[in-house]
Amino acid sequence: MTLNKSKELLLEMKNIHIDGFSDERWHKILKGVDLTLHRGEILGLIGESGAGKSTMGKAAMGYTQPGCKIIKGEINFNGIDLAKLTEFEKRKIWGTKISYVAQSAAASFNPAHRLMEQTISAANRLKINPTDVLKKDAVQLYESLQLPDAENIGDRYPHQVSGGQLQRIMTAMAMSPRPELIIFDEPTTALDVTTQVEVLSAMRSIVDKFNTAAIYITHDLAVVAQMADRIKVLRYGEEVEEAETRDMLSNPKEEYTKSLWSVRSLIKPEETNEDYMLSIKNIDAAYGSSKVLHNVSIDIPKGKTVAIVGESGSGKSTTARVITGLLPQLKGEIIFDGKKLSPKLEQRSKEELRRIQIIFQMPDTAMNPRQTVDEIIGRPIEFYQGIKGKEREAKVIELLKMIELDETFLDRLPSELSGGQKQRICIARALAANPDLIICDEVTSALDQIVQEGILKLLQKLQKELGVTYIFITHDIATVKAISDEIVVMYQGEVVEQGLKSKILNPPYPDYTELLLSSVPEMDPDWLTNLLNKRSS
Amino acid sequence: MSENLSYSAKSEVANLIKRRTRLERLKIALSKAPISAWFGMIVLFIYFFAAIFAPLIAPHGEAEIFPVAYAPWGDGHIFGTDQIGRDIFSRIIYAARNTIGICLLATFIALGIGTVFGIIAALDRRYLDQLLSRIVDTLMAIPVMIFTFILLSVFGPTNFNLIVILGILESTRFFRISRSVAVGQVVLEYVEVARLRGENLSYIIFREILPNIASPLIIEFGLRFIFIIFTISSLSFLGIGIQPPSADWASMVRENAILIQYAQYDITAGLTPLIPAAAIALLCVSINFVVDWYLYITSGLKDDVK
Amino acid sequence: MLRLSLGLVTVFAFSVIIFSTFSFLPGDFATEILGQSATKSAVKALRAELGLDKPPVTRYFDWLGNVFQGDFGSSFSGRSKVQGDQGDRSREVVGLIVPRLKNTLFLTGVAAMLAIPLSLILGISAALYRNSYYDRSATGVSLVTVSSPEFFTAYIFILLLATLFPVFPTISNVDEASTLAERFYRTALPVFTLTLITMGHMMRMTRSAIINILSSEYIEMAKLSGASRYEVIVKHALPNAWAPISQVIAINLAYMLIGSVVVEYVFNYQGIGRLMVGSVYNRDLPVVQACALIFASTYVILNLIADLIGIISNPRLLYPK
Repeated sequence: MTLNKSKELLLEMKNIHIDGFSDERWHKILKGVDLTLHRGEILGLIGESGAGKSTMGKAAMGYTQPGCKIIKGEINFNGIDLAKLTEFEKRKIWGTKISYVAQSAAASFNPAHRLMEQTISAANRLKINPTDVLKKDAVQLYESLQLPDAENIGDRYPHQVSGGQLQRIMTAMAMSPRPELIIFDEPTTALDVTTQVEVLSAMRSIVDKFNTAAIYITHDLAVVAQMADRIKVLRYGEEVEEAETRDMLSNPKEEYTKSLWSVRSLIKPEETNEDYMLSIKNIDAAYGSSKVLHNVSIDIPKGKTVAIVGESGSGKSTTARVITGLLPQLKGEIIFDGKKLSPKLEQRSKEELRRIQIIFQMPDTAMNPRQTVDEIIGRPIEFYQGIKGKEREAKVIELLKMIELDETFLDRLPSELSGGQKQRICIARALAANPDLIICDEVTSALDQIVQEGILKLLQKLQKELGVTYIFITHDIATVKAISDEIVVMYQGEVVEQGLKSKILNPPYPDYTELLLSSVPEMDPDWLTNLLNKRSS
Repeated sequence: MSENLSYSAKSEVANLIKRRTRLERLKIALSKAPISAWFGMIVLFIYFFAAIFAPLIAPHGEAEIFPVAYAPWGDGHIFGTDQIGRDIFSRIIYAARNTIGICLLATFIALGIGTVFGIIAALDRRYLDQLLSRIVDTLMAIPVMIFTFILLSVFGPTNFNLIVILGILESTRFFRISRSVAVGQVVLEYVEVARLRGENLSYIIFREILPNIASPLIIEFGLRFIFIIFTISSLSFLGIGIQPPSADWASMVRENAILIQYAQYDITAGLTPLIPAAAIALLCVSINFVVDWYLYITSGLKDDVK
Repeated sequence: MLRLSLGLVTVFAFSVIIFSTFSFLPGDFATEILGQSATKSAVKALRAELGLDKPPVTRYFDWLGNVFQGDFGSSFSGRSKVQGDQGDRSREVVGLIVPRLKNTLFLTGVAAMLAIPLSLILGISAALYRNSYYDRSATGVSLVTVSSPEFFTAYIFILLLATLFPVFPTISNVDEASTLAERFYRTALPVFTLTLITMGHMMRMTRSAIINILSSEYIEMAKLSGASRYEVIVKHALPNAWAPISQVIAINLAYMLIGSVVVEYVFNYQGIGRLMVGSVYNRDLPVVQACALIFASTYVILNLIADLIGIISNPRLLYPK
């Protein structure tokens, strides 16, 4: 990443206002945002969900999604105002001068065509180079993006390659006509951390190689730090601040920007306990004929928090399902508070069910959309304790206060709550059963940074007050640092290691733990460069 | 932006769109309803009104026979009389009661059987699901009209048989749709939460899942209702559906079809057999309009705004 | 292969159902044929001749075996009621069915050749010009046609084109001797009716299939990569549309086949649907069995073809990982 790039203006967006239409009314998505971009420069656009960053990225092409419209503003690209062009004129710029890399590569490729055909389709339209030249060029792009079998991978169909590979092929597709600007719209959000590192480095090197300007949209500050020369922070459709990457990281001006990585400042002193709330011993489990857990043994100390970390496919969520009885194990046993638990959900007693509760990743799907908060929290109270009517409502209000909400929420439906509030209601529902063990399955990963911090603090507070034990399943190392006493690392259905936080997070590491930990982006613009140097040496 | 400094869960509402009560939503939906939906709702209201109060509205009795057969329009009989001298207008009104009543009953039977088994299959996903799905696949592969036709010719074409046979055959469609929608819901965590709490099957079906799959079921109900009207009408038209002396639109078409040949001499005669047929078509168009509108509201699939 | 065997199982199951339901029939065919006054020994003799004295399972397999050899047995009607009458006038079911089947295939074939191209063109263009006045009126009209029962459409055609303006005949009587032109002329109205009633469905289903594809992410991506309107449709949407469209066609052909029963009745067209209805009135068991079986198998085959096309045109299944 060189800082001495040209100062020739490529894109200038002035006072962009965009409205969106949903739920039978118009509301503002962007409220007058400016943006400038020079040739060869990479601008990071960062913000939480609903900040309008993706809308801004698409507006840079003069495109708005169906249901949105540009109210006012100028989009000067190479001196042409894209906002004033017709669809027909814009099409001559799209795909060739400006190209777009979408978040979900799997859905964005046409399933009916081979990858090579799609890679070169935009360049083909220019009719500058013949097809065979373009194909050779595409193979070279594939190579520089470190795709395996670059010669032949283009002959495959989209469903035949992995998500990380598709994302890189989409980058090749964007690069093929040698555009002046590429819009990356959350290109690595759907990927695992270890894959993310590969894709990030491939994208960065190719953008550097051709000196292409880019707008990189993400919600992850650490990721954008690796890619961008400058960073612009958006919130609620307005600009919060903009600065050079290094300045922004070392010296953020606005409180909001600081709060974006505040979760990483949360610290919990580790403690352990020889008295186990739950022990699982030599568990094997399978979905149908595919075995997903191999001889898994984990001990959970009473009143403490054990974090289970791993990437998708590591078996961490399956472990949770086995503990709850949703997926009976094939082999091994579960000891809960000194007593053996039946593998099958149906054979466990009501009391056993009450004592183990689970909170899920997506609060949206974890609550019945047709039930009010009162019904959601009240049902376990009624079901387990037989408390009804006024008394039940009093209990529900008590629980709402415990999670820092109040009785005004009683008659709301889940759709009338924000993401953080929904997750709090799920926590209250788990607490309503008065449990001894709560399994938290990726409870914060669907939430924005600032909300994550609030939820983690709440969970810590509740543990102190109620002495409840947590199993915390996550792929996010920052969260692990913030909340756990002990850590279990899982990989491909096996436990790599279990131990105190200080032991796991410090050398010496087993190979996989090392790979996992080193792949987590850090708030250091040189992190990726250093990492790649270290790995190649 | 410094007003957002201190974080509080209660005030975490900046992204939250203002609440609307169900009544407000209904008002908005109705105020934005297209003309077609209004048309459909009004026509449906008239039909159901006619069906319920048939004896009060109809000028003559359902099976009352007058001396003149094939009497022309007007002259005491708005649409004339049929081949044995019954008042056609009155019979059209009574037919609303018979046709709509029988079809509605059959549709409700189908809905009940199909939905309960569909959700059970979705929850089970093992042998029971396999067994039920295979049976339903087989039944669905056979055209309903032909199947009903055969069964009615065997068991006798009574109204009771008609309702039961169609109710069972059509329940396969409700099974399919409720199963496929419920499968999507069953894997959601809120159902798992209920199972983990130890709730029993009927609580999970009726309190957790059913409210969330109501919309597609209501739409399917509308479409199946039309289909059942069609099937019963076709059967009646072929003389094996609703049995005399009950008036029903399709039989009336068949009974008076001969009049169409006199259209050259008296256009009203030619139109007489078409009126009951048009009654069916108008009913189905109206249901379609309302279903389309409902589909539009519930799917959230708003057309492009530009 | 799995689907093929499932289809066979379905037809087999239906044959069992058809056969067994007729065993429940109240009364005895032999008595019915010979009349109430027949002597006991005559009834017994006929029962033996028809095989009605054998257990149902044996009868079923005898019947099934014969069906496989193209022998649906002989019709009950026309059988002499007079005992000892040597001139048995009952006709072989096959001989009865084959010409009728040809007639029905002719009718539905012509209607399909009109309906398929018309509704595809209408459906695709309505999807492309979504929400235009053209689209709105096309979907509006199609809604009315799909909401009209077959006999309503049929009688409107009769009223307009046969009685008020006598262009075409009301009764579509054709026989072996009819020339092709004559056939077209006589079957014009039933063909129009069948075309109209299936077109509405086919057009609406095509439209929604295309709209479904046009709203997918890869289409947005194609637009963002600068593809022209033509290119988006021909290169990106169409290859993914064949499967749903062919399914729409197969489903509607099956629908048309069932609709032909009513249409044949209205126009008194000597097709297989008309034969089946007539045979039910006459309680002519073997003919009804045969007709129902033919309808069911054609229906199953059409649906099977729809499934197969869906599989073949999906690259996911053609090129596995």
